Parts: sequence; structure tokens; C-alpha cells
Amino acid sequence: MSDRTRDRIGGIRPLFAGGMRLRGLIRKEFKQIVRDPSSLAIAFALPVVLLFIFGYGVSLDAEHIPIAIVVDEPSADTASFTAALYRSIYFDPIVVPDMIAADRAMLERRVSAIVRLRSDFGRRRRFGIAPIQIVVNGVDANTARLSTGYLDGVWLKWRVAKARDEGGNPSVPVLISDRVWFNSELESRDFLVPGLIAIIMTLIGALLTAMVMAREWERGTMEALLATPVKVGEILLGKLIPYFLLGTGGMALSVTTAIWLFHVPFRGSVIALFVVSTLFLLTALGMGLLISVVTKNQFVAGQTAIIVSYLPAYILSGFIFDIRGMPAVIQFLTHFIPARYFVAILQTEFLAGDVRSILIPNGAALFATATIFLGLSRIKSRKSLE
Amino acid sequence: MTNADASRNRSQSINPGDSVEYLLEVRGVRKTFQVGKRAVKALRGVDLRARRGEITGLIGPDGAGKTTLIRMIAGLLAPDEGSILVAGRDASRASSDVQEIVGYMPQRFGLYEDLTVDENLDLYADLQLVPHKARPARYAELTQMTGLAPFGRRLAGRLSGGMKQKLGLACALMRSPELLLLDEPTVGVDPVSRRELWAIINRLVRDEGVSVFVSTLYLDEAEHCNEVVILHEGESLGQDSPSVFSETMRGGTWSIATRGAKPRSIQARAARVEGVIDAVIQGDSVRVVLDDKRSADPARALAAFEGASIERVNPRFEDAFMRMMSLKNPLVTTVRTAETSRQTRDESASTAAEAVIEVRDARRRFGDFYAVKGVTFDVRRGEVFGLLGANGAGKSTTFRMLCGLLPASSGSLRVAGIDARRAAAAARARLGYMSQRFSLYGNLTVKQNLNFFGGAYGLWGRRRAARIDWALREFELLDYVDTMSATLPLGFKQRLALGCSLLHEPSILFLDEPTSGVDPAARREFWRRINELSERNVTVLVTTHFMEEAEYCDRLAVMAAGAILALGSPAEIRRLGGAADRPALTMEEAFINLIEQSPTNGGAS
Repeated sequence: MSDRTRDRIGGIRPLFAGGMRLRGLIRKEFKQIVRDPSSLAIAFALPVVLLFIFGYGVSLDAEHIPIAIVVDEPSADTASFTAALYRSIYFDPIVVPDMIAADRAMLERRVSAIVRLRSDFGRRRRFGIAPIQIVVNGVDANTARLSTGYLDGVWLKWRVAKARDEGGNPSVPVLISDRVWFNSELESRDFLVPGLIAIIMTLIGALLTAMVMAREWERGTMEALLATPVKVGEILLGKLIPYFLLGTGGMALSVTTAIWLFHVPFRGSVIALFVVSTLFLLTALGMGLLISVVTKNQFVAGQTAIIVSYLPAYILSGFIFDIRGMPAVIQFLTHFIPARYFVAILQTEFLAGDVRSILIPNGAALFATATIFLGLSRIKSRKSLE
Repeated sequence: MTNADASRNRSQSINPGDSVEYLLEVRGVRKTFQVGKRAVKALRGVDLRARRGEITGLIGPDGAGKTTLIRMIAGLLAPDEGSILVAGRDASRASSDVQEIVGYMPQRFGLYEDLTVDENLDLYADLQLVPHKARPARYAELTQMTGLAPFGRRLAGRLSGGMKQKLGLACALMRSPELLLLDEPTVGVDPVSRRELWAIINRLVRDEGVSVFVSTLYLDEAEHCNEVVILHEGESLGQDSPSVFSETMRGGTWSIATRGAKPRSIQARAARVEGVIDAVIQGDSVRVVLDDKRSADPARALAAFEGASIERVNPRFEDAFMRMMSLKNPLVTTVRTAETSRQTRDESASTAAEAVIEVRDARRRFGDFYAVKGVTFDVRRGEVFGLLGANGAGKSTTFRMLCGLLPASSGSLRVAGIDARRAAAAARARLGYMSQRFSLYGNLTVKQNLNFFGGAYGLWGRRRAARIDWALREFELLDYVDTMSATLPLGFKQRLALGCSLLHEPSILFLDEPTSGVDPAARREFWRRINELSERNVTVLVTTHFMEEAEYCDRLAVMAAGAILALGSPAEIRRLGGAADRPALTMEEAFINLIEQSPTNGGAS
């Protein structure tokens, strides 16, 4: 008798069966995404927040570095040099009476560097050797390096100008004239924001996917799904497609924000950007699905995704720290971080353009990682509760 | 029973020469799981068969392997040994063929709580390939049958437990499966929904010819099945119709009238008599089951009750089950005889005892939803007071307010004279609390858990050591001192949790669903302990959704939808919930009547 009801209900021909099931799964996933504010937040709010933090908050450039100036014996020369420091956008100088006061200011972290002009400053300058003493706080190595560099620059310029004023020849053997390529304003933001997009895609791809898969296990819905005639491939595609679209949306939002709000230049082609982003997103989604094969608990899935995908992408991808500056062992390890290939392409695409010698090898690497992670998650997923 | 027999006859007359008489055949199935380094034998040789067009029940205590077996039949797990055939197809090798003809409702219903009722139906219709043009008619059938029709646009997560269960069922039935697998569908669901579910199942079998394989730990549900299989510790102990099982007990089941005496003390006495397998309170009498030897000479076995009116009663499936369990696990029946009677309480005194817990018009609101809407009751010293109701009735919320874990929105709650809203900590020091799911630290040993809870209750040094020693002995945990509590059997977890909550010798004990999921034997033993505590003047407040457990309480409040429907002794509740001319026979009947009479009962039971 059950057959009679079944006959009346009928069935779909096998050819269309997969399509109907897949469509059902995708529709379900989108409804869940729309109703769950946390997935929308990870896909759309998080990229904007991160872009704002990195766009406005974090900067590797140093401006308005507080410095202390100690003048042992005031003279016209010292006044002129002090004025030059005041004019520089890189420094916020304060004049202190002596080295003791300067030391204290440094200890209290009110200043990052001390510039001391000795009593024979004016006399020795005329012989072309007048040295200045620079003391920098080496605790923050980056700012210290930048401070000495900028101070050297100010010093050099001042000497050249002074010599020219006096009609003489500046006693500088070689004059270095800097020319910066690709990021001519030396804005670290222009360098950070493209890399940031890789981080955002990792979050959406790996973290979100791993967590929503784990949620299905935790809430027992996976068990009910698996007991229907659905195929494993359909379950995986049913997750892959919605989160791929969500990731692409997050990506588009990040790129638009970067270009329109932060005025990061974009010199490559949209097609190249789209292709490599697709490859990277598939890699991240593959990682997320693979994590969910290993752990079926949302908390553990979240932790795992952060440790194996997000943190390496953050630290070892060249997004902030230059890979060539790392020890050889670490450099070798970075080859296992898919984000490194994507970051390299992104930075090139934004700041330089379609450079084939970067695009092709890194793109090929991304193709390989996408294949490996998606392939593994397909092989490891079983239609079983074990 | 008549239902069962009738359907047996029908199925035979319809399919007289059917070559596949058995839709489901399980042969010698074994399954071992690896948990950490330990191998857990979930199934150690299960054989059973389910006929086409019948309801076959799988009955066994928690941890017997019911869920594992059902998952295997659904093709979700592969057996290590043996075979499972569904309509002649191997469930593990041809799992997709089997999944085409099987509808499976997992224990947690498998619903997407953030989708609406209709969206859940759509999803399962897509997954089970129901063509679009057939859907409106099928949805109409299913929602009408399950009473879900008015709730199409409600989120599944906002349905009551009973409605979720019916939606889960509708999803599993989307394409009218040949075999419907239900894994403990009625656990935690109120009696009204339970009754409705069985009505639906019966209709499915009758009208759509669906065969049903259902697991349960409620023994009374066996009577709904054509045949039952008893599963115990991974082994099938037998398969037959429930009446055949109960017939084996004929002559061994007796009822002792209490005649105004406290049923609980008669029950406690009866349980201590040698040869008594089971003694349960039933209305105004105590039902006693004798073992085979004593059944021959019941007069002698029950000599202790001479003078009381004892009459022979019809055996039930439950009696046969309890006997099987007692044979398998003799520990259960070695009723601890010592001590208990020593401090039997003066009963007249208790009725006059002062109120230890006073609740006046307590309310608790969550957003615009009242979880508890104005409850008032008193609990006297030494009383066992029950809060009876389905999941979501407001029992746990009331409880948490009394423990000071949740402030009341309005009203007053006093525990031992202390206002639970203001001096929650002071009130808590006087009471022991055992929460649902027991809140033990799974990765600590039994001893470490006791140590921790002892410290948390402010016990130190020699006194703590003495109390832990007491708990280990009292709850027979000495063999498990160094066992991780996560790996304890559920019944032992429950004992340990009770032990932890009693370390500081509280005068008031709060038990939140203490017997949920625990097998019948462990439940009976648990209530015996509660009895003893109450005889030592400990006040016990307990929540439960097991109707028969209500009989163990001195007084109880029946709760539904945040309100108290009836308050009184079990006998009074049965009178309130009975028909005009007679009290209800069972607490379940009384409960269903009370719910149906209540004005707040609007559709979403």
C-alpha cells in the first residue's frame, strides 16, 4: 500500500535528481545565512571593520615622531637646524635644556629619539664635519630605524641648503636622489590593504565553512540529511556554492572599499583578479570542509580554522612581514601557506599590474592548493556517521 | 493489544503469499566503537526481524545500543559483522537503495530550527525528489495529519517539543517510505503529544501501509507495537508480541491496596520482600511482581502483608521486562534492606510540618514570553514535592528561580525562610542541587568530582574526607573511584551527581529531571534513595516528565505552558483529572485530561 502512495507522489528522473537535491540544499543554506546574523557579519561586516582598522589605524609609516632636542650652546646654526626639524612632517620636536631631561623624557617614553647639538656645532660645521648625536629608543625597532633615516635626511638637506646659502659647494660627495617605484607615496596602507583581502577570504572560506558544517553535525541535522538519498558530493556542493558566492561578495566589497574609500591604486585587470580570487577562495573552502571532516564540534572547528588557516595567512603570507626577510626554514614553510601565493598576486595586481612572471607561478600554485584541498575533502567525506 | 492482534491478522490476510514477509532482517550484527583507547562494544550479536505492515518496537535501557542499531538500518553506520537487509537490500553495501525506501527520524528530529515549517518541508521534498506538482497535495496530507497546517510560516525552532517531533515525522514521511525508522521519538515529549504521535503512526500503518521500526525506553509504549525486541547491553534478548511477553508473568503480578496508608511506605516494604522483582505505586495500590519461584506460592511470599487486601492483576509487558533485567543484572534487585526502616517518619507530624519552600505568584519573563506565569505553592519539611510537566512547561525556570540562579520577574520565592531573590547565596548553602544532565566534570574521576564539589560546598579536611567516604559507600561507587566520570554508565553518573549534591548534608534537595534518559531499573533505585532521604526529613523538590514517577511524590503540581493546572497529592490529581464519575486510572490519563480542560490549551500543545 505504501507503494500506492509512492506511485501517486511519483519521483524525479535520475538525471534531474541531483539538480533538485542540490537546489534544495543551496536554497536552505542561503536562508540560513540570511537568518543568521553571524555569517553575514563574517562575510560583510568583518571585511569593512578590518579594512578600517588597517586603513586608518595600523600604519607602518612613522609621522609625528616625538623627539627631544638638546642644544648645548645656542647659535644661529643650531636655531636654523632646529627650525628644519620643526618643519619636517616626520617629527614633533620638543627642546629640552640638557641631556638629563632628555634621558628622562626617553625613559618616560615621551620621546622616541634625542637629537643633541654639541657646543662646537657651528664651528665644526664650517669644516664640513659638524656631527650631531642621535640617540634612538631601540625598543620599537621599526620606529627607531625610521627615525634615524628621517633624521639623516633632514640633516643632509639642511647641510646642502646651508652650504648653498653661503655660496659655497656643499661638501657632500654624492647626493642620493630617491625614486620609489609602485608605491610612490610610500603609503603602507596601499601595501597592506591588498594583503588584507587574502585574510578576509580565508576567514569566510575556512572559518565560516568549517563552523557551519560543524553546526550541522552538532544540531543533528547532518544525521537526517545523510539518511536521505542525497549524495556526498551534493552535500559538499551545497555548502561550497553558497559560501563561494558569499566569499565573492565579501571580496567585491573589500576591493570596492579599498579603491573608493582608501584610494588604493588598482593597476591590474579585473579578470586576473577574479580568476586568482576564485582559486584562492576554493582553496579556503576546501580547508574549511576538510576541517569539518576532522572535527564535528563548532568550537573546535573554529579554533582549528584559526590556527591552521587564519594565523598562518596573517603571519607567513607576506601580508605584513616580508618573506625574504625571514630565516630560511620559515621561508621554506611559507610555501605551504596558500595565502602567500594569493598575497603576492594581490599586491602585484593592485600596485604594479598584470605581471605574468608573478601571476603564472603563483596562480598555478593556487590551482594546485585548490585541487588538493577540495579533492581531500571529497575523498575524506563519507556518507557515514563514523 | 487488540490493535496489535488485529493488525497482525490483517497483515497476514493482505499478504498471504508475500515472498518478502520480513521487510527488515538483522542477522548477527556486531559493532565496536573505539572511544579513545577503549573499545566499546555497542552491539554484540543482534538478531531481529520486522514484518511488513507492522509496528516493531525496539525496547531497552539507555546505552543498550538502540540508536546504533537504528543508524545501521538507515545505512549511516556499517556493522563490523553480520548483515542488515531492508526489503532484501543490504543496508551498508546498498545504502543508497535502502535510503530511497526508508524514512528516518533521528532522536533530535533533524530539523533546521532557523527555517520555517514550510521551508523544512521544502528541503526534505527536494532531497527526497518529490515532484513539484505532487507537493501541494502531499504537504496538505502531512500537515493535516500532524496538525501543523496553521504553523507553516513559523520557525521550527519556535515550535513546542511535541510540534517539532511531528514536523520531524512529516519530513521523514515526505515520500511515504516503505519503512519508517523512529529513534526514541517520544522522549521528553508531553503525554498529549505522545498519544497523538501513536495515533499518527497507527494511521500510517493502516492507510499508507508503512512499516514502522521504533525504539523507545518507555515500557508502556510496547503495547502499541505488534512485536517488540528487547535489547540489553548490545544483545537482543527476545522478540515477540508484547502479550506473549506479559503472559509469561501471569500469576506473578499482585496488587496490594494501601487503604489510606502511605503508598510509598507500602511500596518500600514490598520492595524489600525476598522474591519481589518490582514494586511500583499505582494509584491507591502497590503493584508487586514476584519472581518465578514465589509466583507458585504468592500467599507465603506476601505474608508480610497479611490482612491487607491483595488481589491478582493482569500482567503487563513491563513486568516481563523487569524480570529479564533482574535476571541479566541481579544487582538491581538486591534491594538494600538495612537502615531504611530505622528512621521511618511519624506520618501525622509531616502534614503539620512548616513550609520550607514558599512560592507566591512567581513570574518569569524572557522578552515578551512568560516562561512562568504566576505559580504559587508550598513545600513542607520532609515532603517529596514534584513538578510534573512536559519540556517547556516552565519547570526548570521555576527551579532556577528557587535556586537563585535566575531572578524572578515578580512574585516572591522563599527557601528556608530566605528570600531567593535577595540572599540567593545564603539560600543556596542550605540546599543541594542536581541539575539536568548532572553537571559533572567528565574528564575528572569519580573521586576528583567528589573532591571538587566538596570544596565548592565549603567542606575541608577530615569532614570532607568523611563525607566523600560516605558518598562512595552510600552510592556504591567504591569500584569506580578512579573512573573518569564521562565513561560511567548513565545510572552511575546519576548516583554520583546525587552524591555530590548531598555532600554538605543539605536539608533541602532540588532535583531537576534527575531520571531523564535513565533506564527503568536505575530509576526505581533512584526513587528508593529519594524515599530514604525524605524519611530523614530532607525536603525534596523534583521535576520530572515521567508520569508514573509522579506517584512517588507526596504532593505535586502539574504544570503546562508556565502555569500550574492542578496541585495536590497524586490521588487528588487523579481525581481532578478524572471523569465526572471516577478518578483517572493513571497519572498520564489525569495529565492529558487536565491539559485538555485547561483554558490556555490553544493548538500548540
